[in-house]
Amino acid sequence: MKSLEELKAIKAKMQDKVALRTSSGDIRIVVGMATCGIAAGARPVLNAFVEGVSEAGLGDTVTVTQTGCIGICQYEPVVEVYQKDKEKVTYVKMTAERAKEVLEKHIKGGSIVTEYTIGAAKI
Amino acid sequence: MDELSLYILDITMNSVRAGATEIQITLAEDGEWLDFTVTDNGCGMTEEQVKRLTDPFFTTRKTRKVGLGVPFLTMLAEMTGGYVTVKSVSEKVSENHGTTTHARFGRNHIDFIPLGDIAETVKTLIQGSPDINFTFTHTKPGGEVRLSCAELREELGDIPLNEPEILTWIGDYLNEQYEEISSI
Repeated sequence: MKSLEELKAIKAKMQDKVALRTSSGDIRIVVGMATCGIAAGARPVLNAFVEGVSEAGLGDTVTVTQTGCIGICQYEPVVEVYQKDKEKVTYVKMTAERAKEVLEKHIKGGSIVTEYTIGAAKI
Repeated sequence: MDELSLYILDITMNSVRAGATEIQITLAEDGEWLDFTVTDNGCGMTEEQVKRLTDPFFTTRKTRKVGLGVPFLTMLAEMTGGYVTVKSVSEKVSENHGTTTHARFGRNHIDFIPLGDIAETVKTLIQGSPDINFTFTHTKPGGEVRLSCAELREELGDIPLNEPEILTWIGDYLNEQYEEISSI
């Protein structure tokens, strides 16, 4: 059974890592988490990004954050990727599987997954 | 939405956006009812705003003209023979401001939907707002599941609660407690 005591060990392990972190990340992944996003399935999308970033050890350069309604509810779950000196990329109708693909190809590989972007979406 | 835990996430987001620093989420189940309450110390609402809450065409947001959070919750609760009440004190009225939303669901009603992954909901809330003191309590006939961010912080000091290792721990901690009480 887990106890709060275990957190002491986690803290000791993490203290150096957190202190060493200099920037808040070069890439910011933002997931819309208003009623429209949640109803369309944003929770598993968010968690796929959080877990994927952690598993890939990208915590120092990539941050995953939540936002409210972006105003394009019909395209939810919507994910925006902000990267320094680059144009914002908006992914629409996301799923956990698509999130993994975006992590692999775009966040790690540097090439936008065009088929999931808002520009490619059928209106 | 096909899980109650998603409604809970959605409604609790209202407290987050109201600027709350303390949010209590309580679930209480007996044979007949499931009661869900969320209490916050956020900015609260005026009487007029509370009155219009169940109107889908009322929202304070600027990005769209509808607000479906409370109407969805009310629909689901009423479909199962339950109800929703919202009590709020606006920061314009008192220093003791905040909102309490209570929803009651008939557990045995055919339109009652499963609770779903409540641990994911708690993790998602903490991931998005690591500085808020969430307290989660779920009381079932077999026992109680509990998590307090303030208590976690006492152990962790200034390590943010939304570090992935911590979030994973939180999920495991909740799920273990659920397993414990279901085996009783």
